[in-house]
Amino acid sequence: MAKLNQPKAASERSSRKRGRRHPFATFALIAIGLGLTGGVYAAATAVPAAASAETTASSQADVDAGQKLFQANCATCHGLSAEGTDSAPSLIGVGAAAVDFQVGTGRMPMAMDGPQAQEKTPQFTDKETKQLAAYVASLAPGPSIPASEYTDGKGDAAEGAELFRINCAMCHNVAGAGGALTEGKYAPALKGVTGTHIYEAMVTGPQNMPVFNDQNITPQQKADIITYLDYIQKNPSPGGFALGDLGPVAEGLFLWIFGLGSIVALAVWITAKAN
Amino acid sequence: MSTSTDTPRLKRTGFTAAAANYLDERTSISAVVKEFGRKIFPDHWSFLLGEVALYSFVVILITGTFLTFFFQASMAEVVYNGSWVPLKGIEMSSALQSTLHITFDVRGGLLVRQIHHWAALLFVASIGLHMMRIFFTGAFRKPRELNWVIGFLLFVLAIAEGFTGYSLPDDLLSGNGLRIIDGLIKGLPLVGTWISFLLFGGEFPGTAIVGRLYTLHILLLPAMVLAFIALHLVFVVVHKHTQYAGPGRTQQNVVGYPILPVYAAKAGGFFFVVFGVIVLIASLFTINPIWEYGPYDPSPVSAGTQPDWYVGFADGMLRLIPPHWEFEWLGRTWSFNIIVPVLILVIFLALAALYPFIEAWVTGDKREHHIADRPRNNATRTAIGAAGVVFYADMWAAASGDLIATHFKLSIESVTHTMQLALIFGPIIAYFVTKRICIALQKKDRSLALHGYESGRIVRLPGGEYIEVHQPISEYDRWRLVSQESYAPLMLRPDSRGRITMSQRLRAALSRWFYEDRLTPLTQTEIEAAAHHGHGDAQPELEEAGPQH
Ligand code: HEC
Ligand code: HEC
Ligand code: HEM
Repeated sequence: MAKLNQPKAASERSSRKRGRRHPFATFALIAIGLGLTGGVYAAATAVPAAASAETTASSQADVDAGQKLFQANCATCHGLSAEGTDSAPSLIGVGAAAVDFQVGTGRMPMAMDGPQAQEKTPQFTDKETKQLAAYVASLAPGPSIPASEYTDGKGDAAEGAELFRINCAMCHNVAGAGGALTEGKYAPALKGVTGTHIYEAMVTGPQNMPVFNDQNITPQQKADIITYLDYIQKNPSPGGFALGDLGPVAEGLFLWIFGLGSIVALAVWITAKAN
Repeated sequence: MSTSTDTPRLKRTGFTAAAANYLDERTSISAVVKEFGRKIFPDHWSFLLGEVALYSFVVILITGTFLTFFFQASMAEVVYNGSWVPLKGIEMSSALQSTLHITFDVRGGLLVRQIHHWAALLFVASIGLHMMRIFFTGAFRKPRELNWVIGFLLFVLAIAEGFTGYSLPDDLLSGNGLRIIDGLIKGLPLVGTWISFLLFGGEFPGTAIVGRLYTLHILLLPAMVLAFIALHLVFVVVHKHTQYAGPGRTQQNVVGYPILPVYAAKAGGFFFVVFGVIVLIASLFTINPIWEYGPYDPSPVSAGTQPDWYVGFADGMLRLIPPHWEFEWLGRTWSFNIIVPVLILVIFLALAALYPFIEAWVTGDKREHHIADRPRNNATRTAIGAAGVVFYADMWAAASGDLIATHFKLSIESVTHTMQLALIFGPIIAYFVTKRICIALQKKDRSLALHGYESGRIVRLPGGEYIEVHQPISEYDRWRLVSQESYAPLMLRPDSRGRITMSQRLRAALSRWFYEDRLTPLTQTEIEAAAHHGHGDAQPELEEAGPQH
């Protein structure tokens, strides 16, 4: 201890002796200040993320397996160490959630250039997806795959419905039936999307969807939204067939073709019988 | 079958006759029964379309009355606490709350709501088809022009009924619809903002609009629709029905069934058919799921927000206007992106309302018409109608541009641009194509009437020549094919002061255009000659454009 203290005491003495601070002290102070603020900020923002993170830490073996899969399947576009290329963005810092969403819904590896990455049947098993996610997460911290307590649809549906109308309906339609964006892009229908993928879509903002981080919509509110989407899937429309939940256009088309169509057919039949 | 020419009434004695006589002497009811009861209905399905409209209106009245028992037209804020879980604890107006109450907590409420709304869609759709029937058969011509105008008013009133109706629940979708109307009104120069504040009782959305729309929807508009329907039907009885040409059918009679007893029974049956179809649809298919839309709140707008189909053409016209048509001038904003579509819509509707008068002026035709035209025999009118239908359909389709884009994997910009082009060129193409098709069909009819149909029997003549034997068609069929009225374009004649005015020149030019390319109707001698020879040698001829002598 004493040995360790000595240089410090010496430097203190020397600085006092010179009567002024070391020219680098200001720098050091600022650096420490910045470091501290950053650290606290990071810790603060990391709290909800940590709350939503799956606790099972991925092993180094997963990361290695993930790296191999990545280099074989993704590197052509995303670069050998996910640093990004001209044709695809860097994946450093996108987090496990983004990979789990993109690969789990079959969007990645991307098939062809179009207005936006298409959903396909996923090309990797669940295990491989998790390995890829572990690899990308190991590059830099980012949103992780959410814990099941937030994705199992046990929140408040009414709260979720209201949040959904305010934050999501302008692109996805009130009933989650999907909608058009500009230049051939579109917000897909949300039927059949798992709770985990809904959560991940919100925290990572795939393609043209904005990111809804935990300050915008807290993890609990995200769970409420998932609960609402889950509710309308499990409880089909009380009014009967919903005609794709597309609203008045589908209703009008149906009425002209089948409603008026069948009435005209009956009218033809009635007048024909008379002769 | 019978005709409406008077049949001598049998003299009856006994109690019934005495009673009838007693009533008649005091009420002159026999005149009414004779007029209405002996009214003849021709038997053709297209003559039932007006009835479909009438019956769906009756269904609307019945179900609407039920809804008024439970609906509360108030915008007071309440907290929902009914059975629909995803809205529990949410603040909303009591209009929406009572509609949700009808939907989930009144027995049969949802079914009645759905019947009411589906019937409303059918009501306007059947009016549309009915209108097309009247147009394409020329049933709007003298003496029925005024009834066309009454019918047109009914069409507009029906749209207004629908719009006020679906705005009542005060859900997100209806609020968005009202917001568009509010924007539309505010876009009108000078008066816009005043009218908007007057309508909404202050700044949009305010707290008055649902109550006001309710008064319109259940009192004023239905009363007007009823009054106009009554007038419309009285006119139908007074004018008698038009009928399609056929043996025994003349300008003076109507062939078909009298209302009493045959037609009344059939019509009563048909009412239940229409009612049945509506109930079947309503019990199987959701319409206007307000529980998904939630309460109105000015900030969120859902993707795929569209009006009911009959307002779609107006919404579509707004969507078709290119951007940046708004500028400031004299310290005011001039929203030509709103003024122009409103003008286009008003002109389009005005042309439709006034068409009978326009056509009568152009053709100078002052005769009465009781025989319906076959659409092909009046190629120009049919072509004009087709152009109008395409114009309307394009506006209508534009209202669903976003859904077309997502469902056919197109970009919304290309869909909009295609529809903008189609709005201009579609009607022009439709006009020429329809006209050519009509004339080709006329030629086909002509050759059928003159040469009969191809029998498929090939005969070798003694000289070695092969011919196919043509069978003459029956007298009945020929009647249908050749009974066509003759027309001639107007001639330019100097007026009493010996001058030819500009408007006369215009009229004559339009008249020539209207009759251009028409086949001259066959003369009696041509028909007889053809009938005697088995096949005549008269060729279909195109009439030369220009005044005839
Ligand atoms: C054909 C090229 C291609 C391949 C192969 C490909 N990607 Fe991508 N990837 C892209 C492009 C392009 C984007 C950006 C899409 C956009 O933003 O519209 C993207 C985006 C992503 C994103 C989202 C980044 C973010 O900012 O949220 C992730 C995660 C991702 N890719 C992971 C993968 C993984 C894992 C693989 C391998 C299984 C893979 N990609 C293979 C082209 C590719
Ligand atoms: C600006 C429009 C926009 C908003 C707002 C928006 N999204 Fe999205 N969303 C999109 C687009 C675009 C995609 C498709 C991205 C892709 O294909 O990669 C998408 C994809 C999704 C998916 C994936 C669907 C699938 O089929 O895999 C989910 C889940 C989702 N969004 C949920 C939400 C939720 C929940 C909200 C509200 C909190 C929301 N979105 C808000 C545009 C939006
Ligand atoms: C409330 C809506 C309407 C109802 C209930 C209604 C009802 C009817 C009925 C029952 C008939 C007799 C049967 C028939 O010819 O089809 C009729 C005829 C007629 N309707 Fe309508 N109609 C409506 C709207 C319209 C509209 C929108 C128009 C045109 C703008 C129109 C124009 C006519 C004309 C001209 C006739 C006489 C046709 C003939 O004698 O051949 N009606 N209507």
